[in-house]
Amino acid sequence: MSKTITIDGNTIPFEDGQTIMEAATAAGVYIPHLCHHPEFTPHGSCKLCTVKVNGRICSACTFPAMEGQDVLNNTKELTDDRQLITQMLFVEGNHLCPGCEKTGNCQLQAVAYHLNMLDNHFPHFYPNREMDASHEDVLIDHNRCIFCMLCVRASQQKDGKDVFAISGRGINKHLIFNSQSGLLKDTDLDATDQAAQICPTGAILIKRTGYQVPIGERIYDHKQIDQVSLETEHHQHDK
Amino acid sequence: MKQFIQDLAETNRYQATHLLHILRGVQSRFHYIPEQAIEQIAELLKISRTQIIGVIEFYSFFHLKPRGQYELLISDSITDHMLGKQSLINYLSEKLTVAVGEVRQDGVVSLDNTSCTGMCDQGPAGLVNGYALTRLDRTRIDQITDLINQQKPLDQWPGELFQVEDNIIEPGLLLSQSINQGSALQSAFKRGLKETLIELDKSGLRGRGGAGFKTATKWKFCSEEQGNQRYVICNADEGEPGTFKDRVLLNSYAHRVFEGMTLCAAIIGAQQGFLYLRGEYLHLYDKLQSVLDERRQAGFLGNNILKEGLNFDIEICLGAGAYICGEESALIESLEGKMGIPRNRPPYPVTQGYLGKPTVVNNVETFIAAASIAVKGGDWFANVGTEKSKGTKILSICGDCSRPGIYEYPFGTSIQSVLNDCGARDVLGIQIGGPSGTFISNKEFDRKLAFEDLATGGSFIVFNNSRNILDIVNNFTHFFAHESCGFCTPCRVGTALLKKQLDKIVEGHGSAGDVVALEELCQLIKTQSHCGLGQTAANPVLTTLERYPELYQSQLKNISYEPGFDLDGALETARRLAKRNDAGAHLAQVEE
Repeated sequence: MSKTITIDGNTIPFEDGQTIMEAATAAGVYIPHLCHHPEFTPHGSCKLCTVKVNGRICSACTFPAMEGQDVLNNTKELTDDRQLITQMLFVEGNHLCPGCEKTGNCQLQAVAYHLNMLDNHFPHFYPNREMDASHEDVLIDHNRCIFCMLCVRASQQKDGKDVFAISGRGINKHLIFNSQSGLLKDTDLDATDQAAQICPTGAILIKRTGYQVPIGERIYDHKQIDQVSLETEHHQHDK
Repeated sequence: MKQFIQDLAETNRYQATHLLHILRGVQSRFHYIPEQAIEQIAELLKISRTQIIGVIEFYSFFHLKPRGQYELLISDSITDHMLGKQSLINYLSEKLTVAVGEVRQDGVVSLDNTSCTGMCDQGPAGLVNGYALTRLDRTRIDQITDLINQQKPLDQWPGELFQVEDNIIEPGLLLSQSINQGSALQSAFKRGLKETLIELDKSGLRGRGGAGFKTATKWKFCSEEQGNQRYVICNADEGEPGTFKDRVLLNSYAHRVFEGMTLCAAIIGAQQGFLYLRGEYLHLYDKLQSVLDERRQAGFLGNNILKEGLNFDIEICLGAGAYICGEESALIESLEGKMGIPRNRPPYPVTQGYLGKPTVVNNVETFIAAASIAVKGGDWFANVGTEKSKGTKILSICGDCSRPGIYEYPFGTSIQSVLNDCGARDVLGIQIGGPSGTFISNKEFDRKLAFEDLATGGSFIVFNNSRNILDIVNNFTHFFAHESCGFCTPCRVGTALLKKQLDKIVEGHGSAGDVVALEELCQLIKTQSHCGLGQTAANPVLTTLERYPELYQSQLKNISYEPGFDLDGALETARRLAKRNDAGAHLAQVEE
């Protein structure tokens, strides 16, 4: 008999070595997330996937599934907190969805819709952040970076490169590039690299492709992020 | 420069784990980390330049742009403020003709604030090129200004400027009963290591850093892990504002600290230990190195210790200005030459710590207690204290009292009796356990020092009735925003938002819903943050809001809404561009 945990009262199976997120996804249970991607080492920083395990707050993407766990996921308390955390991400940077070419394909935007976020709640920081348009095929808009490290991990773990890093401390964190000039054009990034494609927001954009898919026909225009996530993230991350 | 860095890298055996050592060397020689140095270090250590830049930008004591040849930092602890820090730094800025946060045009001197330097019993305090300055006053500032303007090398500055006192006022069980060098190890080997661990268990000793995990259990878990490489780490990154007991313990009881670490190594089977010393305690570095040398010569460190077949040595690693490195997994990251970002748990350090190997991390005081227990037995310790908190606690007492310094009390001692001893009068309240701990009011002085009542890593700050609680809370809240590592959203954004929200209320711009919003934000940061820093960052607000709700309410304006930012200030750029400054180019913050 396989081992099981419960999520919101439903029993679901898990295998040794799986995280709560992996067990949930495999069983068709969506847990909101932004910094998590099944193909990369879990990071545990965005805190959207926070669940309550036997009364204790844990990140589902990093916490191992273990026999006897009683997991709460879809509760009002957790959804409220997730919405506040999403609002924090919005006010921290400069996220102006109507003017962003990632709109409709953006996970931050889609998660916000999923959580029924209707305003920003917190005062905006309006940080002064730059863009880097130096690269021939890839544009960086620092205004939209949420420090999820997916590009950092993708570059190291999939592309066999080391193009991106997050530097600085606290609210002054920022994305940096591995070149002497500090510019993206002097790194070995290619537009086909997974690191260039993985950004969950509009911080990393492939030039000249922004409106190839018109607004109204984009990923999250007709499907909610929970459905998309369960359809596309079904496999396990590399061990 | 090239040769300097080459030599530095060679001394550090080209180890990437030694990145902080190397950067400290470069910063101290050039007063910043030049681009050329980054390139060269990346090549020599075979790490990416982004890792080096990440580390430089993470730690407060490293800089990508030149600081002054004399880097002056003034401690921003609440206790320094209470001793007149603000007027002193203004005076210093005027005398040296350099703005706070800036480098003087001639490049000779730079001036800035820094988080608590651990000299709260002898402040206002500061650092010059990393070395502690104490008891600053106008006379000393005049003296320092002259020395800097004459460009006198630091070793020619009068020693009294750097004089650091122990101020041990009330020694107890641990501080008054000395043990002979080597006796803890001799007793342990004589009794048997297993039996010694049983004594340690019997003593009931719990970690003295604040969390209070049972020491014997931690050591036992670590010893049971697979593999033959294990590490012992002493956490001397004493960054909690108001705490300075580890500085005194390392200055006057270093042998016992190292003995405790060696005892741990014998029990868990470790070959290598580290003392992670906060950068602010650079003045202790040479002295501690010579204590280690003495111990090697006496056969208490090195190969075949006491001819018992134990091989163990200790290396001292200096931090570089990051409170978060007091968190054990962030400390381990830092020891590995990285940014101090707390790890995901599990795995815990006892199973996967330094370089992924089983590691024990304990506080300075814990190792001292363990060494004494090895000599005197578990009962000697367990007979003191309370049921759940055995033994004594060493406190660093500062703030509004006539005898600030080091006090050691049995657990269970009441706050009132501590206040009587340290000469505190007309007391408003106490901050116990530092900003991350609890603020208690003068109605609670019958409460007790104990894990089950008021737990503390050692910080005990007294405030008298002349102090403004909101100033205190504001200082602490700014501290956490400054020290948040930024890894997780709730703490990174939350501590910055909390700072803004509290500023808004303290500055009198708050309106009806603002205290409710403040509390909501506090709860979110507390429950959702990744590590202890975020989980406690809202404590100053929460513990005072609980006790003095009227104080917060009285700050609010009688209006329903006020914007979270300065409307008129936001128009400044527009006014400059339009070259206008008439009444029509200004906005009132609210309709009065």
